[in-house]
Amino acid sequence: MTTAGSAGPEELRIAADEDVVRVRQAVRNCAQRVRLSLVDQTKVVTAASELARNTLIHGGGGLARVEEVVDGRRRGVRASFHDEGPGIPDLTLALADGWSSGSGLGLGLSGSRRLVDVFELDTEPGGGTTVTVVKWTR
Amino acid sequence: MERVPILKIGGILLVSIQVDLHDQSVLALQEDLAEKISATGAHGVVIDISAVDIVDSFIGRMFATIASLSRLFDADTVVVGMRPAVAITLVELGLTLDGVRTALDLERGMEILRGLGVGTGATFDARDA
Ligand SMILES: Nc1ncnc2c1ncn2[C@@H]1O[C@H](COP(=O)(O)OP(=O)(O)OP(=O)(O)O)[C@@H](O)[C@H]1O
Ligand SMILES: [Mg+2]
Repeated sequence: MTTAGSAGPEELRIAADEDVVRVRQAVRNCAQRVRLSLVDQTKVVTAASELARNTLIHGGGGLARVEEVVDGRRRGVRASFHDEGPGIPDLTLALADGWSSGSGLGLGLSGSRRLVDVFELDTEPGGGTTVTVVKWTR
Repeated sequence: MERVPILKIGGILLVSIQVDLHDQSVLALQEDLAEKISATGAHGVVIDISAVDIVDSFIGRMFATIASLSRLFDADTVVVGMRPAVAITLVELGLTLDGVRTALDLERGMEILRGLGVGTGATFDARDA
């Protein structure tokens, strides 16, 4: 899998509510550029919205990176979310449907995982969290 | 921060979401609606999301909150116009929107409210909304 050069990666700071909106728009633009179907665009933008909000609320803010990727004839959109927050101590719990350490519905992680093709979570207690997702064209 | 306008038509409050809302605007809309329902004594709330291209867990939760809030004021809420791609995504996300009434479009939403005995105003025609 390689990065497709045409538009280049886009980096966005996530420090406030309106940054979450900006991330949604960046992912939507990228998904349209690589010609994801409307349903797949909607899925990956929704996943990105959940993950960007987690970066803001649970991670204390961070960075999103949005880019086109290519694998043979497939194109896709990759979005990754990075923060230097507290990390996730219990992944099994965090990835379970309906589990939230706060007052959320606990659907962000488990739900966004179902909405994308690739879901990678890298976290360490005290060492921040990085979540990377990819949605491919079909 | 953008604020979503709330229109009063007969006994109904109509909210049409036209922009990509950030979370603070979503919370403000909840509060504005609660105040408006109690101030006007409206018996129905219609939330038109036909222009909304994603519903995530935050906005989904707003629908549920508004639905239970409005019930406290003896009003019913209907969410109308959900796009098919949004509906598919919501199901996969796992958001069930329990307790939230939905209808295909504005006209059918008004019919539901009428069926529940909510006066929608004699002169109102959904096609003109
Ligand atoms: N970036 C992060 N840093 C630290 N903890 C996180 C991060 N993302 C998720 N978590 C933890 O994982 C839990 C589950 O996350 P998830 O997004 O599924 O639910 P939520 O954010 O609590 O609620 P919802 O997203 O449904 O409103 C969170 O409650 C939080 O404890
Ligand atoms: Mg979340």
